[in-house]
Amino acid sequence: MRRNKWFAWLAMLLAVVLVFAGCGKSKESAGGGSDKPPTQDTLVYGRGGDSVSLDPATVTDGESLKVTKNIFDTLLDYNDNDTSVKPALATEWTISEDGLTYTFKLRQDVKFHDGTDFNAEAVVFNFERWANGNADTFPYYGSMFGGYKNDEGHVIKEVKALDDYTVQFVLKRPQAPFLKNIAMTPFAIASPEAVKKYGDKFGEHPVGTGPFVFKEWKRNERIVLEKNENYWENGYPKLNQLIFVSIPDNSARLNALLKGEIDIMEDLNPTDLKQVEGNKEFQIFKRPSMNVAYVGLTATRGPLKNKLVRQALNYAVDKQAIIDAFYAGQAEPAKNPMPPSIPGYNDAIQDYPFDLEKAKQLLAEAGYPNGFEIELWAMPVPRPYMPDGQKIAEAIQANFAKIGVKAKIVTYEWATYLDKVAKGEADVFLLGWTGDNGDADNFLYALLDKDSIGSNNYTYFSNDELHNILVEAQTVSDENQRNELYKRAQEIIKEEAPWIPLVHSTPLLAGKANIQGFHPHPTGSDKFTKVEFQ
Amino acid sequence: MIIPVLLGMSLVVFFMIRAIPGNPAQVILGQKATKEAVAALTHKLGLDEPWYVQYVKYIGGLLRGDLGESIRTGAPIAKEIWPYLAATLELSLAAMLIAIVVGVNAGIISAWFQNSWFDYIAMVLALLGVSMPIFWLGLMEQWLFSIQLDWLPTSGREDVRNPIEAITHLYLIDTLLSGNTEQFWQVVQHLVLPSVALATIPMAIIARMTRSSMLEVMKSDYIRTARAKGLSMFWVVYKHSLKNAIIPVLTVIGLQTGLLLGGAILTETIFSWPGIGRYIYDAIGYRDYPVIQSGILIIAVIFIFINLIVDLLYAAIDPRIKYN
Repeated sequence: MRRNKWFAWLAMLLAVVLVFAGCGKSKESAGGGSDKPPTQDTLVYGRGGDSVSLDPATVTDGESLKVTKNIFDTLLDYNDNDTSVKPALATEWTISEDGLTYTFKLRQDVKFHDGTDFNAEAVVFNFERWANGNADTFPYYGSMFGGYKNDEGHVIKEVKALDDYTVQFVLKRPQAPFLKNIAMTPFAIASPEAVKKYGDKFGEHPVGTGPFVFKEWKRNERIVLEKNENYWENGYPKLNQLIFVSIPDNSARLNALLKGEIDIMEDLNPTDLKQVEGNKEFQIFKRPSMNVAYVGLTATRGPLKNKLVRQALNYAVDKQAIIDAFYAGQAEPAKNPMPPSIPGYNDAIQDYPFDLEKAKQLLAEAGYPNGFEIELWAMPVPRPYMPDGQKIAEAIQANFAKIGVKAKIVTYEWATYLDKVAKGEADVFLLGWTGDNGDADNFLYALLDKDSIGSNNYTYFSNDELHNILVEAQTVSDENQRNELYKRAQEIIKEEAPWIPLVHSTPLLAGKANIQGFHPHPTGSDKFTKVEFQ
Repeated sequence: MIIPVLLGMSLVVFFMIRAIPGNPAQVILGQKATKEAVAALTHKLGLDEPWYVQYVKYIGGLLRGDLGESIRTGAPIAKEIWPYLAATLELSLAAMLIAIVVGVNAGIISAWFQNSWFDYIAMVLALLGVSMPIFWLGLMEQWLFSIQLDWLPTSGREDVRNPIEAITHLYLIDTLLSGNTEQFWQVVQHLVLPSVALATIPMAIIARMTRSSMLEVMKSDYIRTARAKGLSMFWVVYKHSLKNAIIPVLTVIGLQTGLLLGGAILTETIFSWPGIGRYIYDAIGYRDYPVIQSGILIIAVIFIFINLIVDLLYAAIDPRIKYN
């Protein structure tokens, strides 16, 4: 009897033993574990989702652009910590008096990864390719340059090669942020030969001039890039291989970092900050803030039509408490729709203080002495500007309750959420925005102008005085004049209160302690040219 | 019989996904897209055509073996889906192997030593297994076995710095085919945590099912006869009782395997396993209609296939069951 019992136990233990048989190997086989090579030269970057395509001009999502930033170069590039521009593929430039002609001298002896030459013809080819497209093929081109070839709003009259290494842009009217726009990641220069060769499939076979060459893309798993031995910046890049890995869950990604399977992770939960800070093997990286998280007050719905009501709600939110509770202090309260790093930021504006009495008073003035009922929409997914929409909504709900506004929290799956909010179905909703090029227009015009109703102006806010100021600012070349216009714009916005601006957050990344040269960029796309392991 | 079922199902899926608000073009282009961009892409994808035209085009494609193209990547789904399917196959089969070996044996021993301490502990563990949220279990496994004990990797199917040459996309086979034993062990290590996490629920259900079925059978007269004849308990249990008790357990095993193959989305998310569950789940998020339709269709086909195998196994084990 006893012997048979042992048989049974053995049968079960066999399964368990087999499973752990491999474990002994994990310490011996150097796979990625204990035996470290002299200096590590492969960097594995863990991010949340996969890229859509590696043709930068065809995409709008950050996951694609952060990879293409390393395969391609733009004519100009942003400096490390802000969106001021510096030479890249263009070494110098002149602008005509009237602001209509930009002439760029191009870097010489630069080759694309397929060996073909980079020259003025290549630049012309790329810009023509985009101008001949439409809103579905090259979405960012249309929104930054006013449309496409035959559109009235299209700002670029022509692009021509004056000689092999000089290219000239002639505009129909001045565009103040023009240099910042051409430095944007989507407008990177692709190899004309490769574009012709691959056509529609270029997004899977990207060829640029960048520090890294595309090697392999396993969808939903990894993208592998290799060092460009002939990169135009001498001595760079330092890394031999750059691998982007998709790990959807933030906690699982942190586990992978702690285990050493990845070297840098993005989107660290603020609640995990303390755990990483206390660990000497890792360091925290902070991405300079160029975003805003806000509560949209849809101007077409119910009590929100009344400006006094919107102002009252502004008095009712305790922003600092929200920052302490949900951002681990890694954010600053927002008083304007755009962050302080953007030129034209109006620091003179006083934020609506957290004052429940004043809020109740305004509500009574507006005709709602007993408050009212409303829906408060929150997103179900973490965003760089808002790590936990649901909890932040609950905090705001509690704030509102104190002045008699009963908020019911509503949520939808992310794509549905955006769709419904865009249609104007939400009363009060949480959302945010990360800037693309560090220009005030990219915040104020895109989010609050009446022209943007139907695209990114979800509150349906429409104000003619604001509109006129924003349109004028788009064409003015003098920077001081522009900034004055934007400051006035922010005053109007403060007064009309289409939003409750919440915070400007600092997204957090974590990585191994021996990584050097990594400076996360405000736009969210990082170039790994100078990154190396100590 | 199969064809009408599949057709009906494809129609239901077709309508359900179009009932969800959200335009695929808007989702693909993202938050920052202009109205014109969205309208242009909608037209290009044929989404502004009437529903019956879209459906007929889809079915027509199916009959030609064309599963359609992913709206998001533009790639033909038939080609794109296999690596995901293979990843889930490997994971599910590993999980079912663990679930069957451990579950059936646990059930047998519980029944054999009914009301012993083993029985009680096993059944409590089974209850726990069914009740634990799988994503929590996954994260706990990672914390304990990967980080604290440093025994196993946290995520993925392979070591990113030492990738595997995919031939069949079933990595256990591929590493053996290329003769690389080090990579073979790596694949096994990567399989352990997710398959154990995934196995907990089927294991628990199979254990309980086996136990109750065995208890039923062991009360029967022919078992008493076998024992009276002097046969050792081991053979009485493992040969005679099990053979008769296994039929309902097979049903459960078939259903559980089908469910697992349907995509263990939570496990795949926590362990970054590039399986078909995530593939279809992401497609829902992107409103990638062709992927959702074809993906669900394929899972339905596999499910039907597994049930077919289970039916054949019934006939093999029980000579009283015959099919025409």
